[in-house]
Amino acid sequence: MPDEKSNICLSASGLTKVFGSGRTKTVAVDHVDISLCEGEVVSIVGESGSGKTTLAKMLLGLLSPTEGEVYFQGKPRDISSHKKRKEYWKNIQAIFQDPFSSYNIFHKIDSVLLDCINMRGGRHLPYEEKVEMMTEACSFVNLKFDELTNKYPFELSGGQMQRLMIARIFLLDPKILVADEPTSMIDACSRATILDMLMQLRDDIGMTVIFITHDIGLAYYVSDNVYIMEQGVFVESGSADDVILHPKEPYTQRLISDVPKIYEEWDLSTV
Amino acid sequence: MSKVMLEVNELTTKYITRFQENIYAVDHVSLKVEEGKSLGIAGESGCGKSTLALSLMGYYFPPLHYTSGEIIIDGQKISGMDPDKVRKSVLGQEIAYIPQAAMNALNPTQKVIHFIEDVIREHEPATKREIYERAKELFETVGLPESTLQKYPVELSGGMKQRTVIAIAVLLSPKVLIADEPTSALDVTSQKKVIKMIKQLMEYGLIDSLIFITHELPLLYNVTDDIMVMYAGQIVEKAATEEAVFDPLHPYAKGLMGSIIVPEEGVREHELTAIPGVPPNLKDPPSGCRFAARCQYVQPRCKTRSVALREVGGGRAYRCIFSEEVLREAYKDA
Repeated sequence: MPDEKSNICLSASGLTKVFGSGRTKTVAVDHVDISLCEGEVVSIVGESGSGKTTLAKMLLGLLSPTEGEVYFQGKPRDISSHKKRKEYWKNIQAIFQDPFSSYNIFHKIDSVLLDCINMRGGRHLPYEEKVEMMTEACSFVNLKFDELTNKYPFELSGGQMQRLMIARIFLLDPKILVADEPTSMIDACSRATILDMLMQLRDDIGMTVIFITHDIGLAYYVSDNVYIMEQGVFVESGSADDVILHPKEPYTQRLISDVPKIYEEWDLSTV
Repeated sequence: MSKVMLEVNELTTKYITRFQENIYAVDHVSLKVEEGKSLGIAGESGCGKSTLALSLMGYYFPPLHYTSGEIIIDGQKISGMDPDKVRKSVLGQEIAYIPQAAMNALNPTQKVIHFIEDVIREHEPATKREIYERAKELFETVGLPESTLQKYPVELSGGMKQRTVIAIAVLLSPKVLIADEPTSALDVTSQKKVIKMIKQLMEYGLIDSLIFITHELPLLYNVTDDIMVMYAGQIVEKAATEEAVFDPLHPYAKGLMGSIIVPEEGVREHELTAIPGVPPNLKDPPSGCRFAARCQYVQPRCKTRSVALREVGGGRAYRCIFSEEVLREAYKDA
């Protein structure tokens, strides 16, 4: 969409990642182009091993691409030094699949949230003000800060931990959030809450969200645009309604047919 | 009327913590599964689904303890039996269990065929050749390649490992198979393969009945004949699948059904109904209805007296003080 070029906040062209060499050479991501406009939710959908997470890690700057360039706000991204990388991470943050391994088990929850405030330059604020900020962040995700102080992460349930992760994001206030299967380890009831919160981040703060999932139903529910990934390449992309209700590629059709249905017949003979 | 394969009457089991506190994770649960039928158990994390699965096997190890009630499998009462006898003659033959993290249950230093040899030799004498032939036949029926038998677990993908574990579980053709979230760590394609395999087991008569535990309601809808919703260790709703999904009675069941997401038209428009709050701590369960603190239709009397499971005919039951009509009317306005 040419008229939206002005507010593209993250884009990548020809992004490639190759693991290994010789006989064990694996092309995980193969010349992928992606561009994200400000304030949209984009889903990357594919089955295990299709390269979704590798792509996300490259966008996050956790893996260096073999080939290709990432552009942040129109300029080539520079994360060559530790300082520059830290500066970049103020703009892009992530939620990972496993909430249980995302926390340092020796740090109390207060310190998790305090770190976020300190990172955003709130180091010199009086403690009362910090508490106020933490309370606000917790209430954004329907947690009570009073009940969480002095607790360790293992004392929370998976859903609570994942919500606390979102409270962190709320405090850090990045421009882009990469959510890598944030709901696959928690149960269906907490899942609805997490998804609603991600959408709230988009609506209230104008955050750009990259949502990575294998469940095309979730992608359909949250996203504006969908990219379907198969073996390192995007096979289909477009608005969620176009791609998921009228899929053209056989791979997309298969992914949709693999999700259990309620209102339609679920055909088991295709696998 | 067909034969009842599994009958459970008022089963209660508890965890004893190291502080000697009693936690009743399964509280007076009764259920019945007939031959050729499947029962789905739904509920959120921590509501006692997995504990119920463990309790049904009749094989208890601390901190889980048996308190009261009875389990009858095909006419044979297994509750209160000697644990050693249960392990030898009930597990695997009468009732088999696929744990949640079944894919991690495989010993990484052993080939798949070794697990099979272990299982069969525990129950009957057989030569390696016989076991191999038998395993090969079973693996072919359930659509696994024969080469899997000679592989180490690391050489298999997550979905393959899960299907291998299921195949091992049904080696001795158990009468009841309990599958505890067999697909929760898999992607949708592998999930579908696992579901297809479980359905085939039923078709081929390798298992007589199935208990399928999950929080994914669309899955239950496609797999099971009946659905039971659990909350805080108790059954709150029991109904045929069609009724449980499209016409739930208990407010908690209603909330669960509201969290369904499927890639079909109109899903984006309807709002997800997340249930606020968390389940009560079972160390000290509330005296009244256990769902009262999170229920939007709560009345003062809900919190004081405990609510009994109400039978409404057609095998349907729910645990709420309101009548069917009142509940349906309330949901219509929402």
